[in-house]
Amino acid sequence: MKKTSKLLSALAVTTMLAAPASAETFKFAFQGDMPGLDPHSLNETFSLGFWGNIYEGLTQRDGNLALKPALAESWETTSPTTWLVKLRQGVKFHNGNDFNADDVIFTWERTQTEGSDVKARGGLISAIKKIDDYTIELTTAEPQPVLMEEMSFVYIMDKEWAEQNKATEAANIKDANNPGYATNHANGTGPFKVVERKAGVKTVLERSDNHWNKDIATNVTRAEFTPVKEAATRVAALISKQLDLVWPVPVQDWQRLEDADGVRPLAGPEARTIFLGMDQGRDELLYSSVKGKNPFKDIRVRQAFAHAINLDAIKKKIMRGAATPTGLMVAPQINGFSAALNTPYAYDVKKAKALLADAGYADGFSLTMDCPNNRYVNDEKICQAVASMLARIGVKIDLLAQPKAKYFGKVLAQNGYDTSFYLLGWTPGSIDSHNVYQNLLSCQNPDKKMGAFNLGNYCNKRVDEITSLMGSETDPAKRQALIDEGFKLVQDEVGYLPLHQQPLSWGAANNVEVAQRADNILDLRSVVIKK
Amino acid sequence: MLGFIFKRLLQSILVMLAVAFITFGLFRFVGDPVNNMVGQDTTLEEREELREQLGLNDPFVVQFARFTANAMRGEFGQSYSLRIPVSELLRERLPATLELSIISAILALVLGMPMGIYAAIRRDSWLTKLFLTSSLVGVSLPTFLIGILLILIFGVMLRWLPTFGRGEVVYLGWWSTGLLTVSGLKALILPSITLAIFQMTLIMRLVRAEMLEVLRTDFIKFGRARGLGNRALHFRHALKNTLIPVITITGLQLGSIIAFSLITESVFQWPGMGLMFIQAIGNADIPVMAAYLVLIAFIFVAINLIVDILYVRVDPRLRVSGGKK
Repeated sequence: MKKTSKLLSALAVTTMLAAPASAETFKFAFQGDMPGLDPHSLNETFSLGFWGNIYEGLTQRDGNLALKPALAESWETTSPTTWLVKLRQGVKFHNGNDFNADDVIFTWERTQTEGSDVKARGGLISAIKKIDDYTIELTTAEPQPVLMEEMSFVYIMDKEWAEQNKATEAANIKDANNPGYATNHANGTGPFKVVERKAGVKTVLERSDNHWNKDIATNVTRAEFTPVKEAATRVAALISKQLDLVWPVPVQDWQRLEDADGVRPLAGPEARTIFLGMDQGRDELLYSSVKGKNPFKDIRVRQAFAHAINLDAIKKKIMRGAATPTGLMVAPQINGFSAALNTPYAYDVKKAKALLADAGYADGFSLTMDCPNNRYVNDEKICQAVASMLARIGVKIDLLAQPKAKYFGKVLAQNGYDTSFYLLGWTPGSIDSHNVYQNLLSCQNPDKKMGAFNLGNYCNKRVDEITSLMGSETDPAKRQALIDEGFKLVQDEVGYLPLHQQPLSWGAANNVEVAQRADNILDLRSVVIKK
Repeated sequence: MLGFIFKRLLQSILVMLAVAFITFGLFRFVGDPVNNMVGQDTTLEEREELREQLGLNDPFVVQFARFTANAMRGEFGQSYSLRIPVSELLRERLPATLELSIISAILALVLGMPMGIYAAIRRDSWLTKLFLTSSLVGVSLPTFLIGILLILIFGVMLRWLPTFGRGEVVYLGWWSTGLLTVSGLKALILPSITLAIFQMTLIMRLVRAEMLEVLRTDFIKFGRARGLGNRALHFRHALKNTLIPVITITGLQLGSIIAFSLITESVFQWPGMGLMFIQAIGNADIPVMAAYLVLIAFIFVAINLIVDILYVRVDPRLRVSGGKK
């Protein structure tokens, strides 16, 4: 440990000497830290985003989430299940090693090792054939139209480096005595390299001199990342100029940032859709006053709920005008979104009451709602608002709002989907609708790994069919038609109650320019510090 | 004396086992750690397998026995959220917490004692009244609020002092210290004041009360009758006799400062054990929580032991009974 820190500081000194005269230090904070530096150890937005400054995939996303080549220069499908990929030449890892086809194959194998949390992404590929050092052929078991989209988060590691340092397997949390070399060290091809890592305290990056892309916008030479847990502390540190950029900023602090000198809130629509789900699978709800039957199996009850919820009021009163009410389960940034279908259910209490009476619940019923209180923007407040809106049509909600560790422990698959009515948010990692179909809209089917996050088991055979057709449909127009058909079905059947896309909420100093990506990732490539 | 210490050590081990047992019982209520350890694409079987391999499915008693056996060897496993051995994490965080706590304790003593003595000797002066009134504020304001207020005034409005983190640290072996750099010292000011305020008011009120008590006793009256000067009376005789309860309380409070620095640490993002614990709760990071709680129990037990020994040294009456046992 001591040796490495000496080595690191020696490295820091040399790079400091080598840094250009216009050295710009960028200090930023998020509410938590990543689990080390191993880019295959966790499939989670913040960590993937941070590692994306150090490591690169075959592809990458730009500031508008458009897909761009990265370590792959170009690609084409030679059959529905094979892809010919030309790799970029002249790319070097931070330690000076050359990037080539062997590294891609090694990385793919590594994603399938026990500790890896990107098994699903790597697992889309069934074989990789090396044609020459800079040409590979990827084979997939089934047609995968969005394969290259998925590859943007599979970060390529250096084979030689990993072998030298015994890091050929992804860091495995089960191995209590061996955190893994790659947890504390990194060697990627990205524009930034790690010079210091103190878990939970600080991670310092410096600009790499040998990055292949000379066109990236950033002028940052040194980036210091600190996790700052308390929102009030984070905001105070930004306002007092100790930090250049922080996120998330509580929505209620936006005004404070606007009033303060030299800082501003950065708000934009996030690609995350917040929605309510209803248990439509069980014959009797787990938590309700209705016994012997499940009111959510009656479409009129689901419609009544849909018409009772006032999305505009949630937007205005709780989200300070910054949410985008939605009728679809995907955001505009997601491939497959259709503006024509994006009409929310109309707010109409009278109609809702009538529907509920029709269904035989004129006096309403009571129901427990599960809600996280530290996962999404103002999650608990949204649930409280929904509860009071439903009270108007006679549905009495007992709200069970809990911290995310407890909430997810209760409602997810491993606890048997222990919920009757819940709030959840979803961003498809592939930025494609298929991910939403697979996880949220398909019937629960653990054997096929479908519907794993369809907590209420909304189930329509045609939607299942569409999901599998879409997975292998390579013609964009036909694929879009399938996506539209499925969304229309879910909407007509009120399978879910979409609420809104939540706002991104960052705060930055006025002299910091940054592309605020809708997937809530801060890409240092886009950060420019103005004089 | 040796027998006394030995007996106390045995009791200490029992206390720590009891603490470990109770905390382990509580872990069932912190939520499911596995959800924080994997992403949304991880399948149910993989999650289940992870739970199995981490031993989270084992019965409570088995988990507890395994934890105790490992802890005896100084092994606390790997942090679920930071993926490094907990022992390493504790070693990194301990210096930050100890420096903050000890500086705060010194601050509280150095300011609290003279204020208490003054308040006892000059009972009716306006300064005494000011001390007493403001100490009420110190006792009643929650630490979190004091911290935020200080951040607002000295960090955001005046911009004199840093409001988070530890500044630059210097490594002396594995011990990281912020006491040797300017930014480290500056970073220490606000959190140590925040942490010291409650203790300071407590010590001041305690010293005052004890001192008033002692000043009323016969031996002080006799001393006065013998013609001893005020200075000798107050500082040589009265103060010495007020020290026993003050030592106890200060000693025990040092334990609480270390244990309850977690609020201060999280307000100031101070990278100590308290912050580590709060973050561990959020992530249901059981190995970190378990190790922290056992360590805190150990610190309390150790401080109690030291206080007991000091007692015996300060108070000759205890030496007879305590030494024999």
